[in-house]
Amino acid sequence: MLLLQFIGELLARGCGLPIPGNVIGMGLLLVALAQGWIQVDWIRDAADLLLSHLALLFIPAGVGVMVYFDLLRREWFAITVALVVSSFAVMAVTGWVETWLDRREHRRAD
Amino acid sequence: MLIELLATPLFGVGLTLVIFVLAQKLYVRSGSIFLNPVAVSILAIIGVLYVLHIPYPAYAAGGNLILFLLGPSVVALGLPLFQRRQEILAKKVPILAGVFAGALTSIATASGLAWLLGGSREVVWSMAPKSVTTPIAIGLAEKVGGLPPLTAAIVVLTGCLGAICGPEFCRAIGLRDPAAIGLAVGTSAHGIGTARMLEVDRLGGAVAGLAIGLNGLITAFLLPVIFLLFR
Repeated sequence: MLLLQFIGELLARGCGLPIPGNVIGMGLLLVALAQGWIQVDWIRDAADLLLSHLALLFIPAGVGVMVYFDLLRREWFAITVALVVSSFAVMAVTGWVETWLDRREHRRAD
Repeated sequence: MLIELLATPLFGVGLTLVIFVLAQKLYVRSGSIFLNPVAVSILAIIGVLYVLHIPYPAYAAGGNLILFLLGPSVVALGLPLFQRRQEILAKKVPILAGVFAGALTSIATASGLAWLLGGSREVVWSMAPKSVTTPIAIGLAEKVGGLPPLTAAIVVLTGCLGAICGPEFCRAIGLRDPAAIGLAVGTSAHGIGTARMLEVDRLGGAVAGLAIGLNGLITAFLLPVIFLLFR
């Protein structure tokens, strides 16, 4: 089961340049499931195992931030304000636009 | 003996696992969203390495093993997407428009604010891909003259922030639909936000995973154009 995902990952690394292999791999898995080349039952356990521990997998990347403390410290004020304000702005805009268009479509359908 | 153990990948893997399990216990027991296990674990591990004077590469030998599993995990996000395909396909236009608006907002507000606050050129451009998943963000930072390591750090911090309070913030501003919340958190806080969404809601997690890919694609096309206009 896991092997199938690794193959998808390897395949994706070979062909895509601007998009990372794993994002292409996600698309490939979606296509394979939709086409019935892969059955949900084959991969469900492995995929759910990985996804339930997804949070753990980001920790090493976060620890890597320590190497760049100096870079962050030099302009920490501008970086912090821009990062925090922008994060909330993105969530608000994305969520509102989605909700607004979704409602509009529903209204048209009624 | 201890020195020998430090030199093996077991050290990094063991330290990460032990601290993550403890952080998760703390999170469950305290019930406070601010004790997000990912953020707490990162700080705790940095603290341990710092206090014991362990150089980062010694940790990274094991850390990179864990990081390697991130690849197939992103691939695995295809499964919840497939399982919820009907609900997601029914909303394809709002989803695409939402991510597009979010990607534009991210570049404009992150770089714009950094510029207004007197950030240097490098910092301003390093901020632009802050909401994009790390591998894409690093490539983009390079393209527009940012500093890839700084971008990587900013991306992780953005992810932690979105994971800590993203779902709560979305509910506070009146979002109710799990798909909308997942889309918002995934667009802003990429993989780390998606990990949190998967805990909150399966459909929201699936949409957040989709948002990682969409935002990565859209920003990859938008940012070089914006760079040409403003450089």
